[in-house]
Amino acid sequence: MDACAADAGGEKGVIAYMKSAHKKAVLGKTAVYIILILIALVMVVPFLWMLSASIKSDREVFQMNPFVWIPENPKWSNYSDIWTKIPFGRFVLNTVYLTLVVTFLQLLTSSFAAYSFAKLHFRHKNTLFLAYIATIAMPWQVYMVPQFIMMRKMGLNDKLLAMICLQAFSAFGVFMMKQFYEGIPDDLCEAARIDGMSEYRIYANIMLPLSKPALSTLTIFTFVNTWNDYLGPLIYLKSQEKKTIQLGLKMFISQYSSDYGLIMAGSVLSLIPVLIVFLTLQKYFVEGVAATGLKG
Amino acid sequence: MPKMDEAQKTARIDSLQEELTGLITAVRTETDSKKRRKMIAQIGAYNRKIDTIKSGKMLSREAKRDLVAYSFIAPNFIGFCVFTLIPIVFAFALAFMNWDGSNPVQWAGLSNFIKLKDDVFFVAALKNTILYCVGTVPLTMAASLALAIVLNQKVKGRGIFRTLSFFPYVASLVAITSVWKMLFHPSKGPINNLLYTVFHVPQDKLPQWFTGGLVLLSMILFSIWKYMGYYMVIYLAGLQGIPGELYEAASLDGATTWQKFRYVTWPQLSSTTFFVVVMLTINCFKVYDVAIMLAAGGNGTLTESSTVLVYYIYQKAFIDWNLGYSSAVAMVLFLLVLLVTIIQFRGQAKRDRV
Repeated sequence: MDACAADAGGEKGVIAYMKSAHKKAVLGKTAVYIILILIALVMVVPFLWMLSASIKSDREVFQMNPFVWIPENPKWSNYSDIWTKIPFGRFVLNTVYLTLVVTFLQLLTSSFAAYSFAKLHFRHKNTLFLAYIATIAMPWQVYMVPQFIMMRKMGLNDKLLAMICLQAFSAFGVFMMKQFYEGIPDDLCEAARIDGMSEYRIYANIMLPLSKPALSTLTIFTFVNTWNDYLGPLIYLKSQEKKTIQLGLKMFISQYSSDYGLIMAGSVLSLIPVLIVFLTLQKYFVEGVAATGLKG
Repeated sequence: MPKMDEAQKTARIDSLQEELTGLITAVRTETDSKKRRKMIAQIGAYNRKIDTIKSGKMLSREAKRDLVAYSFIAPNFIGFCVFTLIPIVFAFALAFMNWDGSNPVQWAGLSNFIKLKDDVFFVAALKNTILYCVGTVPLTMAASLALAIVLNQKVKGRGIFRTLSFFPYVASLVAITSVWKMLFHPSKGPINNLLYTVFHVPQDKLPQWFTGGLVLLSMILFSIWKYMGYYMVIYLAGLQGIPGELYEAASLDGATTWQKFRYVTWPQLSSTTFFVVVMLTINCFKVYDVAIMLAAGGNGTLTESSTVLVYYIYQKAFIDWNLGYSSAVAMVLFLLVLLVTIIQFRGQAKRDRV
C-alpha cells in the first residue's frame, strides 16, 4: 500500500518512503536494543548485587545513601571465613564427587540405551520404551517416599550412593539421546555393519563423536540439576559430613541469617562450577536442544 | 539344548518342516484375520527353530541380535527399573495403606483420600499450588516466547544476551533466593527503599513480600525470572525450525509484524508451545524449593498462606511418618499433572487435525 502511494508521488515520494522505512527500521532496532538491555539488567543485577554484597560488611550491604558497588575497603575475609565457619570444603567435595559420578553415569548409560532404541531392532522394544515414556511426566515427588523406604531397606540411608542411584538413571536422558540419534542417518550404521563393525564399535566410533551437541546439552542439565538439587539430599543425607553445598549453605543461612556478606560469599562460590560448565558447553546448547526434540 | 547326531537332526528338521507345511496350507484357508496373524507369527517361529538346528549353533541370529540390543539397554534399564519403576508401583499401593514405616502395613482402602477433603492444610496446599501454576505458566510462557523472538533477531551481541538470560536457570536456588530475599527485604531491601524514597509509599504500607497474601506473588515473579531463560532456549530452537520462506511470503502479501506473528510464528510454534506448557505445568505442580527458600520462617516450616503440595507430602512422610496419607497427597499431585497433560494432548491433537 505504502509502496503504491510512493509510486504515485514520483521519485521524491520514493526517496521519502525509503527514508521513512529506514527511520522505522532504525527505530525498531533501537527499541529491540532497549528491551534487550532492560532484560539483561533484570537478569544480571541480582548476580552483580551478590558479588558486591559478598565483599561488604553486614552494615554496608543494605546501605543505600550512597549505594556503592565496590566498597572502599572490600571485605575479602568473607571468602576465607566461610571455609572455617562451616565445613564448606567437605560440602564442596561431596557435591563435586556426586555431580561428577552422576553426570558420567547418566551420559554413559543413557547414550548406551538410546543407541539401542534408536538404531537396533529387537523384541519388546516398544514395550520397554513405553516404560520410559510413561514415567517422563511423572514428577519424582510422587514416588520419592516409597523410593526412600526402599533405599533405607537396602541400607543406603545417609549414603552418597543413594543420591547417585537416584539421579543417574533418568528416563529423560534416554529419551533425549534417542531423539538425537534418530536424526543421524541409518545408512551410516548400515555401512559400518557391512564393513563388519560390531554394534559396540559403531556406538563408540561413529555415534558418540557425532552426538556432541546432545551430550553437551545432557551434561548441562544433569550437572546443573545434581549440583543444585535440594530436596533429594535433604531427604537422604542426614549427617554433617555427607551434606552437599546446597544443604550446607541453607544450614548456614538459617544459623547466621544476618551474616549477609558471608552468605553472599558462599553463594558466589557455589555458583562458580555450574557457570563454568555452562559457559564451556553452551555453544552446543541451542543446537542440542533443537536436535534432541526437546522442543517437542 | 541336548546334543544331537546327524540322523536325529534331520529327523527333527523333517518333522518340523511337516508341521510347517501343514500350517502354511491352513493359513491359506483361514479367514479370521486375527487367527491368521497368529499363525503367521507361528510360521516365523518354526522357521527360526529350523534355522537354529540347521546351523547347529546355540543361539539363532535373532536371539543374538536381541542380546546385543539388551546389553545396550541393561545398565540404564536395571537402574531405572529398581529406582523408578518399582517405587512408582509402590507409591500407588501405599496410598491405600496405613503405614508408619516400621510397624506392619494396614489396609486403609479409600480412607486416606476421604480424610483429605476435610484437611484444612491440604486444601490450602492444593489451592496455593494451583494458584501458583495459574500465575506462573502463562506468564513464563509469554515472557520466554517474547524473549526468544527478540533474541532470534539479527542483533549485535545476541550470543551474550542469550547466555545472560540463561544464568538464572543454572544458578542454584539457595544462592539466588538469598539474594532475592535481600533485594526484597521488607525494611532494608533496595526494592522497598526505592518504593519509599522515589514513589513515596508510606513506611507502614511497604509490601511485605514474603509473608501473607504477597508471598505467592513473590514466588511467581521469582519463578518467571528464574525459569524463562530455559523455555526461551526451547522456543529459540522452535523458531529456528520455521522456514524463512513463510515470512517472505507473508511480507509479499503485505503482512504487518503482528500479522506475521499471529499467522506464521504462532501456528508454526504450536508443538513447541505444547511442550513448553506441559513441562511448565509439571514443573510448577512440583514446586517445593522456591516456597521453602522464599517463604519458610526461621524454623523451615510453611504456613497456610505459602504451603504447597510437595511440602505437605514431605511433611506427612518424613516428619509425621504417615506414609499412606502422604502417598494419597502424592496421588493428587500425580492426577493433577496427568489431567493437565491429557487436556494439553487433546488440544494439540485437535489443532493438528485442523
